[in-house]
Amino acid sequence: MSDEANKGNAPAKKPKKRMSRRERERRRALVLSILTGGAVVGLGLAGYYPVMTYARAEDRLRPPGAIEEKEFLAACIKCGQCVQVCPVEAIVLADFEDGFGNGVPHIIARDQACDFSCDAVQCILACPTGALTHEIDKKEQVRMGLAVLTRPDTCLARQGLGFKGTARGDDFPGLHRYIEVDRWNPIRIADHPYDLELCDLCVRECPIKDAIRLEPMSDDPNDKRKTPVVTDKCVGCGMCEMICPVDPPSIEIIPRKKYGEA
Amino acid sequence: MNLYVESLRQMFGAEPRKPGKEDYTEEARKLHEFKNTPEQRAERRRMIAEELAHKKESFAWRKWRWPTIIFVNLLFVISYHFDVQLVEGALTASRVIGFHFADLNSSLQVTLAFKEMLINLVIGTATVAVLWWLVGGRSFCAWTCPYHLLSEWVEMLHVRLAEKGWAKDYQLHRGVRTVLYVVFAVLAFVTGYTVFEWISPVGITSRALIYGTLAGMIWVGVLLLIELFFIRRFWCRYMCPIGMTYAFVGSVSPTTVHYDLSKCLHEGECRKVCLVPHVLEITKKGRATRPQIDIGADCTRCAMCIEACPTGALTFRVKGLDKLL
Repeated sequence: MSDEANKGNAPAKKPKKRMSRRERERRRALVLSILTGGAVVGLGLAGYYPVMTYARAEDRLRPPGAIEEKEFLAACIKCGQCVQVCPVEAIVLADFEDGFGNGVPHIIARDQACDFSCDAVQCILACPTGALTHEIDKKEQVRMGLAVLTRPDTCLARQGLGFKGTARGDDFPGLHRYIEVDRWNPIRIADHPYDLELCDLCVRECPIKDAIRLEPMSDDPNDKRKTPVVTDKCVGCGMCEMICPVDPPSIEIIPRKKYGEA
Repeated sequence: MNLYVESLRQMFGAEPRKPGKEDYTEEARKLHEFKNTPEQRAERRRMIAEELAHKKESFAWRKWRWPTIIFVNLLFVISYHFDVQLVEGALTASRVIGFHFADLNSSLQVTLAFKEMLINLVIGTATVAVLWWLVGGRSFCAWTCPYHLLSEWVEMLHVRLAEKGWAKDYQLHRGVRTVLYVVFAVLAFVTGYTVFEWISPVGITSRALIYGTLAGMIWVGVLLLIELFFIRRFWCRYMCPIGMTYAFVGSVSPTTVHYDLSKCLHEGECRKVCLVPHVLEITKKGRATRPQIDIGADCTRCAMCIEACPTGALTFRVKGLDKLL
């Protein structure tokens, strides 16, 4: 636009036009702010979906001492200090897909169970917020879930079968502390082959006294078959699920399940 | 006009206020008058022209600041992966050589959602509050936050793209951050979930670095794309509640960027590079009500303005340090 054309317009019109442009910009900024701010809040609320559907309390095995699931998600500050102190690195943090559970720790027992190699409950001691309750200090007091014989038909002991070899194959990276091998340091399960007349791995490697035992399946003394029986001492650490040589495992942890509960 | 109240107003999203006549100190008024003499104006024009002819981008502070961000975040990574236990945890909460540290905003969200506060968390939060109070509040953003660094690099790219017309630069209303701050606080309290934590790019980036939880980086990537093509510094400037939490702390911090009116040429190089240019409104001609002013609450102490200022009108200052030494 030439200067002369500008002059042609009344001077009164010029500031008015500038005002309206500013006004337009302001309005656009406001609309964009509401849209983007709304989108951020909307995404925030979308975090509900996972914890209501596929990442519920019964879907995630929480570390020892975890308080009630909803409170746990609230209290956890998502820092992973529990992850860092675990000697067998059993605890992993959930990623973005867990919604409100993003950054919250859990255990995938089949990959790496908590075997209390730390002797105390280090993860509880590490937790800065009490999401892992400081009210317990012994492994026997923990209740993460309950071991359940989910696939009894595949259980080797129930078929009277023994087991020879490495429990989870030679490439399995999972760790376990075998006190008879090394009191202080966990070793790879793949480095510890077995030769058992009757498979009793879940009982043999359970870190909690009297939490699981094998019982004969009949009164017949020639019947070799035995069945694992989980007691109220079970803390749900998942060691039995990890060591079970059958794939998929015959015994599994049901997170948050209490003994005697249906 | 109370400068502290004004800095809080700006932090909440209000436009900087033009000072009234009565707001100026005698000294400032005289300085402005002096600067307005024709000789001084000509002199300033000459100095600006000369300076622009020899303009060179300075990295005087960034060469310290960028490595600081990388170093701090690397400390977390190294502590975990090599088990040296210097800084255990993530940016949301950690133990530094055994001492509890807790990010103020994460701590706030957790406390609102959980409605309890363990002594460990109180200690960690207080420690961090004192620490960042000492060094400037939002200096957390500029000197520690890993997202800030990514965003800063994306911003450099954004500026180049915008020059070529390949990127837009939409403005938002800064009040949106205040609204989000309240909304997320209320949501945490009402729902009992730490709603903000799951989308916090700071926590996500920190955990991705330390624990390799990379899925959340998709969201961070989306934010960076928005910043690259549409809205410059979208998250840090307009959205982040964490920045606001630290701005509260920074509003009373002794460590500030200090403005010297007598040295200023009012050319606005500082405002061009600033993440929060409203805090530098006083560098506009005739706006400073005092000859010496500490920059307000929202300032991240990133020192980009100090680097950009050709006359040294902006410097770091620690209040009381001169008396101590």
